[in-house]
Amino acid sequence: MSTDDIDRAALTRRNRRVVLGAFGAVAGMVGMAYAAVPLYDMFCRATGFAGTTQVATVAPGRVLDRKVTVRFDASRDSNLPWKFEPLQREVKVRLGEEMLVFYRATNMSQRPIVGTATYNVTPDIAGAWFNKIQCFCFTEQLLMPGESVEMPVTFFVDPDMAKDRKYDKVRTITLSYTFFEAKTDRAKSLLEKALAPASPGVGQAPAGEGPGDKRKGG
Amino acid sequence: MATGTHAAHADHHDHTPGFFTRWFLSTNHKDIGTLYLILAACAGLLGGAISVYMRLELMNPGIQLMGWHPNPGHHWNAMVTAHGLIMVFFVVMPALIGGFGNWIVPIMIGAPDMAFPRMNNVSFWLTAAGLVSLLMSLFLGEGAGTGWTIYPPLSASGHPGPSMDFAIFSLHLAGAGSILGAANFITTIFNMRAPGMTLHRMPLMVWSILVTAFLLLLALPVLAGAITMLLTDRNFGTSFFNPAGGGDPVLFLHLFWFFGHPEVYIMILPAFGIVSQITSTFSRKPIFGYLGMAYAMVAIGVVGFVVWAHHMFTVGMDVDTRAYFMAATMVIAVPTGVKVFSWIATMWGGSIRFTTPMLWAQGLIFLFTIGGVTGVVLSNAGVDIALHNTYYVIAHFHYVLSLGAVFGIFAGFYYWIGKMSGRQYNETFGKIHFWTTFIGVNLAFFPMHFSGLAGMPRHYIDYPDAFHLWNEISSIGALISFASVLWWLFVVFHTLTAGRKVEANYWGEGATTLEWTVSSPPAFHTFDELPKISATAHH
Repeated sequence: MSTDDIDRAALTRRNRRVVLGAFGAVAGMVGMAYAAVPLYDMFCRATGFAGTTQVATVAPGRVLDRKVTVRFDASRDSNLPWKFEPLQREVKVRLGEEMLVFYRATNMSQRPIVGTATYNVTPDIAGAWFNKIQCFCFTEQLLMPGESVEMPVTFFVDPDMAKDRKYDKVRTITLSYTFFEAKTDRAKSLLEKALAPASPGVGQAPAGEGPGDKRKGG
Repeated sequence: MATGTHAAHADHHDHTPGFFTRWFLSTNHKDIGTLYLILAACAGLLGGAISVYMRLELMNPGIQLMGWHPNPGHHWNAMVTAHGLIMVFFVVMPALIGGFGNWIVPIMIGAPDMAFPRMNNVSFWLTAAGLVSLLMSLFLGEGAGTGWTIYPPLSASGHPGPSMDFAIFSLHLAGAGSILGAANFITTIFNMRAPGMTLHRMPLMVWSILVTAFLLLLALPVLAGAITMLLTDRNFGTSFFNPAGGGDPVLFLHLFWFFGHPEVYIMILPAFGIVSQITSTFSRKPIFGYLGMAYAMVAIGVVGFVVWAHHMFTVGMDVDTRAYFMAATMVIAVPTGVKVFSWIATMWGGSIRFTTPMLWAQGLIFLFTIGGVTGVVLSNAGVDIALHNTYYVIAHFHYVLSLGAVFGIFAGFYYWIGKMSGRQYNETFGKIHFWTTFIGVNLAFFPMHFSGLAGMPRHYIDYPDAFHLWNEISSIGALISFASVLWWLFVVFHTLTAGRKVEANYWGEGATTLEWTVSSPPAFHTFDELPKISATAHH
């Protein structure tokens, strides 16, 4: 009987060990599901996967003769009452050449709106070679009612792309932006700041007029 | 633990508790298995009735039957969603894993019960609560019209009412129940085997449940994570899947299918296990290539985790990624082929008896193989671009699930009902059930290949007149199938009330696993004295 007793206690201990391992695996997988968000982000930034563009501080200075056509595409969420368009449809750039282009966004509504853009390039494989030095897509944009801004993008196509024959077929790269209404914390604080000067005492003064006009064309 | 009770136990070990304690507070693996089977049968009738409702609507072009609803298109989608979620989470999984797994696995390995009997009870009632929550999602608000894949943004911003939240909550409950059940099975199979029952002597049914439990344990938490993100996106202002806040709906697709693909193996592997037992029994031969069969299931499970994106070839992945997922998917045909050929080799030269369970098992092998072949067709990324979201896909996954997993459920039912109830079904009645189902489901699903190839899309309440013929035939098939389900209810009733009483091993020579050594029905507590398993008496 006592050996049986010991057997059962040992079995209980072993059972507990296995089931704790199982629950550990469950917790690990839930954690992995959440970790997928930052990990996928890091992976795309590092590899240019799925047309994720690269960020650079300065052009490489080396300019090749080979040219690619860069086309510009603009779209917006149907719930965002903005007009959003590129000021040029396409440019031809040499590999390594720094280029400045503009997009224009206009707030067509009667309220201040903070927008933010997602972006990528097609073909996907060009993502690793498309470098942005300056881009409006890096920050949230506040537009007062009726306000219009021209937003710069400075970019170059990495000359190292020419080293790999795999990319010989890349002759046209389309840079695409989609604007959404931003709902981040930063967007909220931008909106609060924009509305704050209008509220004390002034009453019904159109919220956007002051700062909006100053920035026009900027 | 308690020495005294153990000794006392053996003396009057068939003491059963009262009705409420036995069925509502149950910790007995056989009773919990029975509860799961009853739950699955009820949910199956409901899910089947919904599919008949949908097929009647599609029988003719235009909107007829669902026209009473103010928004028939959405109503249609809500029915599609309910049908899918019920069949996956509350019919196939509870029947195969919770039902037959609970009933048979502990007996097959010579264990007195599951490792954690009370946790087993929690698993069942969480599943039952999940079904209730799913039904509430149908009746509170508009119903969730997203399909079982609940893709955002439709499930995030397109369903403002409570329906979607209840559907998500239902998945949380059913998922938690299945995770607890899986941990329980793993512990039971690893620790509670009788002396001599080594892993390589376990019956293939036990192997199939073991692999399935691992798939559940690793896949379901990812679904839980994804739907929790969805829930917080809907209600608490996060933006995991909302581009406006820096999220990405495609992330949900990846997370969902990382769960969703193993899920389809979770549904079919236990059916494979049942088919292996039955094929061996009614060929009066041990299974051909036992180790190959066991490790083929392991391989299917492992590879099943790295093929998920073949469900989303159309989201804009680059060609290299698609090439990988296409090749990896095709690799799964190899271990699956090992299984199909081993079943055939088991029958080769055997003394075959075509009893009702054998008919269902061979029906499964035949029809699952058809579904597998169309699966290989769909795994081609280029072909899938054209066939994605057409009825061809519906035909494919119903051949592997409706005609695969569900045939497995009926095979298991006819194989073990004598063991579970002590009464045997009527062979003629069983065969009538098989043949009407076989004709009905093939008539329902085979024409969908044609309408799908012709371009008929999923998730629509209506279709152009050009698709009328095949849809009408499909609907007639669905009616025949449902009639045969009603016939099955009669078979169950007849078996339980008028079935012939049977002895321990009513299949005779060929039925070699441990459940045939205990009485029919087994005592409330089996194997208080652990059986000893020798090297010769295996599988």
